[in-house]
Amino acid sequence: MKQVVFWGTRGSLPVSLSHRDVREKIIAALTAANGKTFKTREALDEFVDKLPFSVAGTFGGNSSCVEIVGDGPEHFICDMGSGARPLGQAKIARYGVPNAQTYHIFISHLHWDHLMGFPYFAPMYIPGNRIVVHGCHAQLEQAIRLQMQAPNFPVDYSQAGALIEFDIMTPDEPRYIAGINVTPKLQMHAGDSYGYRFESIDRTVVYSTDSEHTLENSAEHDAFTRFFYKADLVVFDAMYSLAEAVSVKADWGHSSNIVGVEICQAASAKRLALFHHEPVHDDKQLARLVVETRRLEQITRGSHDPLEIISAYDGLTIDL
Amino acid sequence: MMNLPTREQAGVLIVSVSGRIDHTTSEAFAKALDPLLDRCTQGHPPILLDFSAVDYISSAGLRVLMMASRRSKAQNGSFAIAALQPMVQEVFAISRFNLIVPCYASVESASKVIGS
Repeated sequence: MKQVVFWGTRGSLPVSLSHRDVREKIIAALTAANGKTFKTREALDEFVDKLPFSVAGTFGGNSSCVEIVGDGPEHFICDMGSGARPLGQAKIARYGVPNAQTYHIFISHLHWDHLMGFPYFAPMYIPGNRIVVHGCHAQLEQAIRLQMQAPNFPVDYSQAGALIEFDIMTPDEPRYIAGINVTPKLQMHAGDSYGYRFESIDRTVVYSTDSEHTLENSAEHDAFTRFFYKADLVVFDAMYSLAEAVSVKADWGHSSNIVGVEICQAASAKRLALFHHEPVHDDKQLARLVVETRRLEQITRGSHDPLEIISAYDGLTIDL
Repeated sequence: MMNLPTREQAGVLIVSVSGRIDHTTSEAFAKALDPLLDRCTQGHPPILLDFSAVDYISSAGLRVLMMASRRSKAQNGSFAIAALQPMVQEVFAISRFNLIVPCYASVESASKVIGS
């Protein structure tokens, strides 16, 4: 595996910047410029690159969709949130039409924010493409067909030009798919969710979203430590603060940055990507969260190797 | 069984907690705290955990504190934590536990507020 590309990183519901958010960013950038003039585009780029990410950029608002770029020609995608729309457009732009491709899509669970991008995934309408939807829910095919059935959507599922197949996987049973070993794991979430561990010959990526952790259960802690073991990258549901996750939002099926750090440290994982961002959080709050999480990792590291912490944003590409 | 020495001072039951409270010790911590919480009711002395000798707390330990705080509230008792080491204080702030469990800088300042 070579890279991981985040196309959608927001939890529960897609969001976008408001007029006010954009205005605040412009004001913050102009304030930082403090009357400075820029003679070239390069000088301007250099200035913008030095601004905080929450001013110069945004975490984005598409819901869960993550691409794993493998070593072969077949495509690996985790979840079909609204991020699947720009992903599909990028594939069409890259490969053109017709240019038959195979897409392996791994679905964590059947909640809408993880499926809603499927009808907007352009490759599904192109004859010659093959789409294999992998998952552990028995109703996987039914759920995907249902959202493309009147009155839910104007285009019926039968209009798909691509060959679409469904593959029901079994938790804890590895499956060798186009050069990658994929192992699903049951996670705690309403209606169940499944994380996926992707192992190629030299890299491991874990995708674990919409997963609540019962802190009093040490067997569960140990099982996730094994699931994350020595991963090069763990994509982790860090939607809530720990205080929220164990109090007012207990049983809502999500986790926190703190638990992500703890399990990754125990598992000797190399990199943790905070993911499934709370839609209520703005860029400043998300930027603060990653700073705090890095500090937590630093003060609790002990004898562990350093764990790199990043916060996923729409459009982020990570080299593995 | 985790040892939690107690002493009563100015009408407050001060409980000394020490060491690491992580996912391997949190259950023992919860069990040791349990009989003390039985008496954390209206008319009984408030419980104050002296955290000055706690050098690490994990999510599992924080959860025990949240459950203790919730239980004391349900029993109309009073429960607080004091004298957190700087690193533990940071963990409380990052986890936002400082917003759901009453925390004080020192045993003395806590006793003044929750005692009497």
